[in-house]
Amino acid sequence: MVSAILAWLMIVLAGSAAADPTQPITTSAPGADFPTLAARLPSASYSEKRVLIKEIAETHDPRVHTLLAALLAGTLYSRSSDGALFVVAEAADRLELTDALTGRTAGTAQPDDMARIGVNNQLRKELRVTLAQFDLASPDEAARRGAVEEILRAVDPESIALLKARLPVEPSSAVRRAIRAGLALADLDSDDARVRLAAVNTLAESLNVDVYNRLSAMTQPPANGEAGEPDPAIRAAAKSALRAIDRKRSLYSIVQTGLYGLSQGSVLVLAAIGLAITFGVMGVINMAHGELMMLGAYSTYVVQLLMPQHIGASIVVAIPVAFLVSGLAGIAIERGVVRHLYGRPLETLLATFGVSLILQQAVRDIFSANNRPVETPQWLAGSLQINEVLAITYNRLYIIGFTFAVFLVLLAILKRTRLGLEVRAVSQNRAMAKAMGIRTEWVDAMTFGLGSGIAGIAGVALSQLTNVGPNLGQSYIVDSFMVVVFGGVGNVWGTEIGGNALGVVNKVLEPYAGAVLAKIFVLVFLIMFIQRRPRGMFPQKGRAADG
Amino acid sequence: MQHFIDGRDGGLLAAIRSDRGGQAFLCVLLAVIVLVPVLNLLVPEGSALHMSGYTVTLLGKYITYAMLAIAVDLVWGYCGILSLGHGAFFALGGYAIGMYLMRQIGTRGVYGNPVLPDFMVFLNWKELPWFWHGFDSFPFAALMVFLAPGLLALVFGFLAFRSRVSGVYLSIITQALTYALMLAFFRNDMGFGGNNGFTDFKDLLGFSLQAPATRMVLFLCTALALGGTYLLCRFIIASRAGRVIQAVRDAESRARFLGYRVESYKLWMFVLSALLAGLAGALYVPTIGIINPSEFSPANSIEIVIWVAIGGRGTLYGAVVGAFIVNYAKTYFTAALPSMWLYALGALFVLVTLFLPHGVVGLVGERLRRTAPAGGPAAPVDAPVDVEVKGH
Repeated sequence: MVSAILAWLMIVLAGSAAADPTQPITTSAPGADFPTLAARLPSASYSEKRVLIKEIAETHDPRVHTLLAALLAGTLYSRSSDGALFVVAEAADRLELTDALTGRTAGTAQPDDMARIGVNNQLRKELRVTLAQFDLASPDEAARRGAVEEILRAVDPESIALLKARLPVEPSSAVRRAIRAGLALADLDSDDARVRLAAVNTLAESLNVDVYNRLSAMTQPPANGEAGEPDPAIRAAAKSALRAIDRKRSLYSIVQTGLYGLSQGSVLVLAAIGLAITFGVMGVINMAHGELMMLGAYSTYVVQLLMPQHIGASIVVAIPVAFLVSGLAGIAIERGVVRHLYGRPLETLLATFGVSLILQQAVRDIFSANNRPVETPQWLAGSLQINEVLAITYNRLYIIGFTFAVFLVLLAILKRTRLGLEVRAVSQNRAMAKAMGIRTEWVDAMTFGLGSGIAGIAGVALSQLTNVGPNLGQSYIVDSFMVVVFGGVGNVWGTEIGGNALGVVNKVLEPYAGAVLAKIFVLVFLIMFIQRRPRGMFPQKGRAADG
Repeated sequence: MQHFIDGRDGGLLAAIRSDRGGQAFLCVLLAVIVLVPVLNLLVPEGSALHMSGYTVTLLGKYITYAMLAIAVDLVWGYCGILSLGHGAFFALGGYAIGMYLMRQIGTRGVYGNPVLPDFMVFLNWKELPWFWHGFDSFPFAALMVFLAPGLLALVFGFLAFRSRVSGVYLSIITQALTYALMLAFFRNDMGFGGNNGFTDFKDLLGFSLQAPATRMVLFLCTALALGGTYLLCRFIIASRAGRVIQAVRDAESRARFLGYRVESYKLWMFVLSALLAGLAGALYVPTIGIINPSEFSPANSIEIVIWVAIGGRGTLYGAVVGAFIVNYAKTYFTAALPSMWLYALGALFVLVTLFLPHGVVGLVGERLRRTAPAGGPAAPVDAPVDVEVKGH
């Protein structure tokens, strides 16, 4: 509140200084054109500049925006020799020039030869509003939205009129909403109680933080210097508007928690879905599964090293590469170790743990023990702003979609291909499958390779989310086994649903318990759950379940 | 419980008489108990025969590991329960004694607070959390050494065995158990020192932990505890209950159909094993002088299993041999060739499971049998024949 009053005082003081009648203000001849007006900028005083800026804006010349934006940014310079205007970019020891009027590059200059055209805070404020008014007519929706926000930062009758004029012609509903909210916000200061009431009702739609704060202030009657709302009816309206906003916000935060949970769950699913094949379908406990993911992550790193110019494409290239690398490593593990231990799951567990130690140390020796930097391509960065309270980062959205795609492909392989048919046959009855002419050994190797290859793909995704280091796999191995058992061994659907459910539960608990405690709760819950239902959520039925 | 105590088949002596490997092991242990104090305290320091304090500590550490390995062998080798969470019971025993040792520091800590351990002062805590009360008394701490792991094993085992969670499923949830505990103990808010755990202990029962005499007594207690553990386990295995337990291991359903309460046998063995692991942890912490949450890490627990596998499961003394071999190798490798250690350990895991199903002890037994085909000691009688009937 105090700062607002201070800001207002400053505006008033600055305004009165500018309007000081003792200062002669030169006004240009009406109809002066853009280059003439611009040329007068370098020599003008601050108060003259103020008038000039207004006149320049009124010429509606297409070059106005560039010129004023440069002036605001402090990159508009004039050359000392001839007074020509340039937009300047600073290079190492000299300035790179772009002609402000023609837009052409104009070589370089020494800093000493150029003079910056100065602006003060008062001018900056006006420039911002002027530019915003300019942007309001821009064909770019984001620019218009930014302009509305800029104008609303310092509301005056002129800009209100501007926004009111814009409202009926504005094509975008989002921008219209922003304008209406802004106008209503201005209306809150009105002396007319009806106008205020209407404004409060309009603002009940908005999720803006400023709006929320204003409305909260309006729930109290004015007392000892604090601003407030004298009319009790409006106070009540403000209260119910706040309630409406709160409802909306909590709804959106539920949506956000749900989406974040799904994305975290997708990471779990991605890590576990390869295991759902090797452990769930084949019954092999592969403790090196995490390290196969690690290999996938390192494959991404190597692919990026090989194609540093195409980081955006590198992730796409890395997916098949990681599938091959981890898949081949998986087949090697199956042929070398697991094959000799079928029917002895506990021994398999120990032997594959040994393999995981060897792989970790190998990576440590080849790539060093430190984390490797894997770059995030442009198209994965940033976030999708749905409204003022709900924003989802793109990598979360992509991971949800990616996991689901992997899941569908896997399901298709298992249900629609010959390999899938053979895998299911072998897992149901090995001897019978063999008798029917299925090469069970080959199927074993291929199945293990498939599960391992998917672990590699999971590694590509993980390289975008966590640190790529030798311990990457270890941190996921306990979780992924729990997800597979929770979902029901031998059931790929169970893994998908179980992983996502656990992710959501984890995210729901996080605000109350903190990340680590939430994870502990989930683990304890899983332990209890498996103790109650050892076969998981969706147990396999029939003879295969006896295995 | 009755079965455990009566040992109808002839009691402890009979159990030892038929156990050649065990006899050898007990003789070696006796020699260690006699020789180590002599070599360490009586032989002058310059002599080639002198045993340094460092070596004594190292041996003490190996012995606590050997106890832990026996505890794991008891459930894995004789019960067929592959626990990947025994490190948790070990660490809980260690934390219990660690809390006692922390309280004993008193005003000698960095902050000199008479009640609060340093890390609590550092976290700006004003009073002792409720679960720290009583740990200034040794009998209470000693009780907790058994109670904490025992109760955890009781509750966990009761729920798991009642629902007939077995095989790999049990392994996976024991692993999750120790993982959850690790995450919990890493938190500062838990009141167990977070990352750093407990260290900088001063004295035990009023005797300085730095004094050679105290360390020697501690070592002897540890060695005696190992002997006691071995005899207790051997006695149980040889008893009627032990036979039932092995029957459960080899054919669980059949034992159940014969009318045995499979769950209770498993549960009591699991709890006993957890108690032994807790005791091992309680001896480990004063010996080594530190306890921190990494003891809970799942990889640690898996490593214990490999000690047993390398030594030879289902023999008890094999577990001791395995613990000594692997840990000596670890000490050697981490000093001489640090980057080779994980390769060596990993290769051990793979090779032992592939080629040495009965471990080193089984290999030696086979060698003996070959040279003396008539009366020599056969491969360990109790060794599991074909444990996992399940699977494919």
